[in-house]
Amino acid sequence: MRVLLRNPRRELELAGPLTVTKLLGRLDLNRESVLVVRGDTLVPGDTVLDDDDVVEIRPVISGGSA
Amino acid sequence: MKCTVCRGPAVIDLRRHNANFCAEHFLTFCREQVAKAIRRHDMIAPGERVLVAVSGGKDSLALWDLLLELGYDAEGMTIGLGIGDYSDASSAASQAFADSRGLALRHVDLRDEFGYDIPTAAAVTRRVPCSSCGLSKRHLIDAAALDGGFDVVATGHNLDDEAAVLLGNVLHWQTEYLGRQMPVLPERDGFPRKVKPLVRLGERETAAYCVLRGIDYIVDECPMAAGNRHLRYKEALNSIEAVSPGTKHAFYFEFLDKAADRFQPEAAVAQDGLRPCASCGAPTPTEVCAFCRLVDRVSGAEPVPVELLRAGRGRGRNRARSRGARQATS
Repeated sequence: MRVLLRNPRRELELAGPLTVTKLLGRLDLNRESVLVVRGDTLVPGDTVLDDDDVVEIRPVISGGSA
Repeated sequence: MKCTVCRGPAVIDLRRHNANFCAEHFLTFCREQVAKAIRRHDMIAPGERVLVAVSGGKDSLALWDLLLELGYDAEGMTIGLGIGDYSDASSAASQAFADSRGLALRHVDLRDEFGYDIPTAAAVTRRVPCSSCGLSKRHLIDAAALDGGFDVVATGHNLDDEAAVLLGNVLHWQTEYLGRQMPVLPERDGFPRKVKPLVRLGERETAAYCVLRGIDYIVDECPMAAGNRHLRYKEALNSIEAVSPGTKHAFYFEFLDKAADRFQPEAAVAQDGLRPCASCGAPTPTEVCAFCRLVDRVSGAEPVPVELLRAGRGRGRNRARSRGARQATS
């Protein structure tokens, strides 16, 4: 899967399947500090992401990074 | 994961509420939380005109949208801060939101109308950029509200903002600021009423609201604010929240219920003795207000590009820390 991160902007390629919760854990990100966006909607923690998914991990803390 | 309300597929989990929501019921939840904050703290009466301080970020655009959804007469105002590409993108996001809904958006540009911008003010005053930025925004929004006949100014401070400021004020026992850290600051001579209708929503929730409403906000944050102390307090609170959901809500709202009153006499003393600024007429404890003194000092100075200021901040950071930039919201 393709994972887009912000502040600074960068991309990662990770192998699926992987739940959103495990993805955030693997990237050492606090789930309170980010949203995971796929297309024009949000995906909750138990969603399984596959190899062909493209997701954005969007920081929500003002001035924060992901 | 299923929506707590309708059992349809959920798009977000809110652990502090022990609830999951689909898009429709999450948006309803946000509207209910804002309506509850307004009602519980007597923020806005029916029919009152609201001036919303808009930055183009998630909080201010969500706030403006929510107030309109709840039927309030809300107009937006932005301030051109001159912080390079960030300010350009902020203004564009605010204008796009207003245009998409056919709304009026007031705009004041610091460079055009007062002869300075925030990077230049920071360089000339040798203070952190947030100092002149906050001062400028407070002064100009207050003035616009009074001149425009608005009943109230609404700002996008959310639960995370208030909890982080509270933590900073407690750590340094800033008792005057603790006495003023309320969801409503009442109208006084020369000051409009100021309200924070988002205090019951965290910033993860305001960001989610924007995504689900299709609001195209500026995601990249101000380059002047990166790494500041306020951010570190937020990260510390989120680390606790991750293992103890509800901590931020309890910290802030229990403070309001159990302790805020105790600090209000000190805040009141600090606000005694205000008189009109000799230059602009705004309330001030000195002959000339801080905003007019800032304009007098920095207006016409050689513009400092934001990139140059950022490059120099590393050298000045220790000095700024030692001055102890205070944490306060208005």
